[in-house]
Amino acid sequence: MSEASTTDTTTHGTVAAAIEICDLHKSFGTTEVLSGIDFRVDRQEVVCVIGPSGSGKSTLLRCVNRLEEATSGRILIDGINICDPDVDLDPIRRQIGMVFQQFNLFPHLSVLKNVTLAQTLVLGRHAEAARTYALVQLDKVGMSNKVDAYPGQLSGGQQQRVAIARALAMDPEIMLFDEATSALDPELVGDVLAVMRDLASDCMTMMVVTHEMGFARRVADRVVFMADGHVVEEGIPVQLLESPREARTQQFLQQVLRPMED
Amino acid sequence: MSKRARSIAIQWGIFAVGLGAVGAVLYSTVSWAKLGDAYFRWDVFKAQFPVMITEGVVNTLFYTFIAFTGGLVFALIAATMRQSQVVPARWLATTYVEVLRALPALLTILLVGYGIKIAFSDYEIPGFFNQNYGKGGLALALVAGAYMAESIRAGLQAVPKGQTEAARSLGLSSRQTLRRIVMPQALRIVVPPLTNEFVLLLKDTSLLYVLGVTVGERELVTIANQARSASFNSTPLTAAAVCFIAITLPLTYLVKWVERRTEMRTR
Repeated sequence: MSEASTTDTTTHGTVAAAIEICDLHKSFGTTEVLSGIDFRVDRQEVVCVIGPSGSGKSTLLRCVNRLEEATSGRILIDGINICDPDVDLDPIRRQIGMVFQQFNLFPHLSVLKNVTLAQTLVLGRHAEAARTYALVQLDKVGMSNKVDAYPGQLSGGQQQRVAIARALAMDPEIMLFDEATSALDPELVGDVLAVMRDLASDCMTMMVVTHEMGFARRVADRVVFMADGHVVEEGIPVQLLESPREARTQQFLQQVLRPMED
Repeated sequence: MSKRARSIAIQWGIFAVGLGAVGAVLYSTVSWAKLGDAYFRWDVFKAQFPVMITEGVVNTLFYTFIAFTGGLVFALIAATMRQSQVVPARWLATTYVEVLRALPALLTILLVGYGIKIAFSDYEIPGFFNQNYGKGGLALALVAGAYMAESIRAGLQAVPKGQTEAARSLGLSSRQTLRRIVMPQALRIVVPPLTNEFVLLLKDTSLLYVLGVTVGERELVTIANQARSASFNSTPLTAAAVCFIAITLPLTYLVKWVERRTEMRTR
């Protein structure tokens, strides 16, 4: 794999962004879900993507590690264009941790095995080293007392924290969160958000698709609002969430921030 | 009497009256003495053993084993081919599955059993395939493979897509994902239908009697039927029935036990 051939110099000079997306289009059949997205996440930046359901924000996130194939456009991860069909995806995917709405823990493996499996298979760590490192990560998310449990025995919030530990154990450079708290009971959301906040304060590069406006306001460096497959508006949290310029953004924020007043 | 107790009493009443009526009809119409003499002669029953076990049970299990292992191989190949990117490979596998499921097992046994010798008449057929073991085993394996291919495909599809996505996003290759994540989960889903197929196969070995009756290769039903015509008494059939029940029933319960155990571990 010749990395030199796939490395592009970005518009921002020699230092490549963690994620840079240029004119991304994605269609499912005849329906266009993403219509020309330009998007950027810098190193150590936390970007929250918000927007109504069906706006394409999850699809955008899933394009970043190519769980969805883009129809056209470019996606650069650390300067490497992952839309290039010749690029070897596995080493790039292992730098990108992903946390899913449905947790997707492996139900046939214990908590510990969930966190060690990819370390040994992909990174070639020895069993003992992987175990030690898994315990460190599980401790970070407050789950080190459940190492021998199976996912089915855990609550949703506990499963999601294990899923975060599983991703962190791979030492990712970027973490993607796809509505990580949307499938949780309300009283369990806080624990998961706290873990994500800790991660942000550890300077992790994060792209977070979320409906949690409070989290976006307090933790994000930048908030991006999407609707109908477009990036409508982006800015620092205070500006975007409190004095949005676009009518579409204002309308959305009114709906989510004051749902009871209608 | 409470409403519930009355309803239960009525159900018992219906059961007793029904049983009594059927019993009375059977008692007055069936020639019990003749039936008992034909099917339940203790001396004839005893005379079936040990051959019925040393040859019959042993061969029945052996045919089942050949057919099941062969069938599993065919099924895995067919299930993989049905997910292939190569379209003709998918067609071929689908044709195999659909055709063999459309035919009665007995016809497949006759087709394969008599067909092998003619198809390879230019060659010296190795002993195994000249025997019922090879011919019958292959025929049953083809049948079982078609049914099991469907079960395996359903099992693979029942594993949520998110499992593959999670594994791939951790950097596992597609082969590692299949082997470590998808297969183990699919296997658990597939074990009950496959053991069910095993039991069906065990019973279908009885159809192999159409391929001939060489002593030594006979399974339970062939032995029983031969003994029946030789002794002018049907008790050998009863003996074969007892043997089948002795194999099949414990197997069914074993499967239920295994199922419950795997469920407890994952829940």
